Amino acid sequence: MLKARNVWWILALVALVLFPLIETNPTYTTIGIFTLIFMGCATSWNMFSGYSGYINLGSAVSYGVGAYTMALLADHLHVPGNGDLFWLIPVGGLAAMIVAVPVGLVALRVRRHTFVVITIAIFFVFQLSAINFSFTGGTSGLQLPLIPWLETNYNKPFYYSALAITVFAALLSVAVRRSRFGLQLLAIRDDEDRAAGLGVKVFAVKLAGFTMSAFAVGMGGALYAVFLGQIYPQFVFDPIFDISIALMSIFGGLGTLTGPLLGALVLESTQQYLTIRFSNGSLYLIVFGALFLVIVLFMPQGIVVYLSDWRSRRAARRVEGARVVVGEAS
Amino acid sequence: MTTLLSVDRVSKAFGGLQALDECSLSVEKGSITGLIGPNGSGKTTLFNVITGYEKPDSGSVSFEGAEITRAGPSKVFALGVGRTFQITRIFARLTVLENMLVATQRDEGWLRGLTRSKSSKSELVSAMEWLDFVGIGRLASQPAGSLSFGQRKLLELAYVLVADPDVILLDEPAGGVNLTLINEIADKIQSLNKSGKSFLIVEHNMEFVMNLCDRVTVMHQGTDLVSGTPSEIRNDPLVLDAYLGGGDVYETEESS
Repeated sequence: MLKARNVWWILALVALVLFPLIETNPTYTTIGIFTLIFMGCATSWNMFSGYSGYINLGSAVSYGVGAYTMALLADHLHVPGNGDLFWLIPVGGLAAMIVAVPVGLVALRVRRHTFVVITIAIFFVFQLSAINFSFTGGTSGLQLPLIPWLETNYNKPFYYSALAITVFAALLSVAVRRSRFGLQLLAIRDDEDRAAGLGVKVFAVKLAGFTMSAFAVGMGGALYAVFLGQIYPQFVFDPIFDISIALMSIFGGLGTLTGPLLGALVLESTQQYLTIRFSNGSLYLIVFGALFLVIVLFMPQGIVVYLSDWRSRRAARRVEGARVVVGEAS
Repeated sequence: MTTLLSVDRVSKAFGGLQALDECSLSVEKGSITGLIGPNGSGKTTLFNVITGYEKPDSGSVSFEGAEITRAGPSKVFALGVGRTFQITRIFARLTVLENMLVATQRDEGWLRGLTRSKSSKSELVSAMEWLDFVGIGRLASQPAGSLSFGQRKLLELAYVLVADPDVILLDEPAGGVNLTLINEIADKIQSLNKSGKSFLIVEHNMEFVMNLCDRVTVMHQGTDLVSGTPSEIRNDPLVLDAYLGGGDVYETEESS
């Protein structure tokens, strides 16, 4: 049983590794890069918000901090436009973690809806700062060193970096789920006060989870910055990013491992495809709106949970059916 | 006997409502102490103050001679004061066994949780032992949300016990539970008490309290009215006046 599941994971990973080798059209590998960035970010977001129930609608803070750190460091350190830039990606992640500490210290004092509103408010503080400070380049944003690679192979390093971030986020998510720390996050989701009364240091646990989840999101932002070569405050500190990440996880299954991966894979690739196919940047919003109505109405716990429930119901029916047959025979 | 837990002239007001008014109480080591009083007399608020969920306006709480008045819930629990809630609180989406494991790390630092697995072998063994002790071991892998009301009460008792606290505060352990289960819970409390655990029990079921407790404290309008053995309490005119509304309801029940 467990073995079979591992086989599926390995097959999925192999497919993801082979994709840019088989599909060389840059249009599609670009879709692959964006999809993987979102898969990594959603998984990392879910590792805190999905497990603890603290829905963070300010994850673009980490994304933007990662992107700006990348752009500013590349400039200050005079990193040339080549593979060296990639070494700065984890630094972008670390910067996002450092920023997450004070943000968490403020936002995690409140719960539920208040927490959601506070994270949105903090997000706008960051967006406005990026627009108005001079070191961030204001509305014209920042330029990154141009990488003079050939178009045919240009996307590959970015694709594999995005894949590495996603794999890292998924492994971290599994490790957390299996640790005592992850159990404490889940206990906080179900009943925070009761968890405190059983010795869980709830604030420290929440802050640690919040900070850890910022790392991969920051790396995603940093990679995005290198890939596009130019960042604007309204695109890296983007409210649509906040909402997308949360919706992808909810669509797939909040608090599950597969959910955010699947949600981001389906939604981000569809969005990119629709945008390119119909050269219409907002068509996907209509499709998504309809899709979410269906999800919320028929599978409010997300696709993954719905499917596993459906499977166990079917198995239960089969057992019941067998019993009836036995009954008739006797 | 030495005093394990003592509450000294604690006051707590919520806006204009004086929930606790100079309330004092003590739990002797190895005793079962009952806490009774009419609805709204401040029993649950007193529990919240002792276990760190509420900070008192004045007065102090001490456990084994050390003051714990300002300590938070996780700290109080780490020191060895466990509690259950009147409205049972379990982690509905975790399994019964996972519920137990949340409590096993009583005084572990928070960073330790990052580097260790969910449970060690010895923790699993003791979690299963306590589940078997309260009689729900066979439900270990079920989601806790699927348990019945009575089973939830037992689970709550079990996961407080797994952390091995010195004193256990039970908020209405017999509330809303059928008679068989009430007797079962009383038996468990008695056998735990024999093995050295102390109890402080809030309960409305008089028979339960009077049979089980060594000492009983009666609360009225936020303060401790009188303390004594069950028979002293039973015959105290102050108690009859305040708690039972001036009648002799309990006496009649007793004689019938």
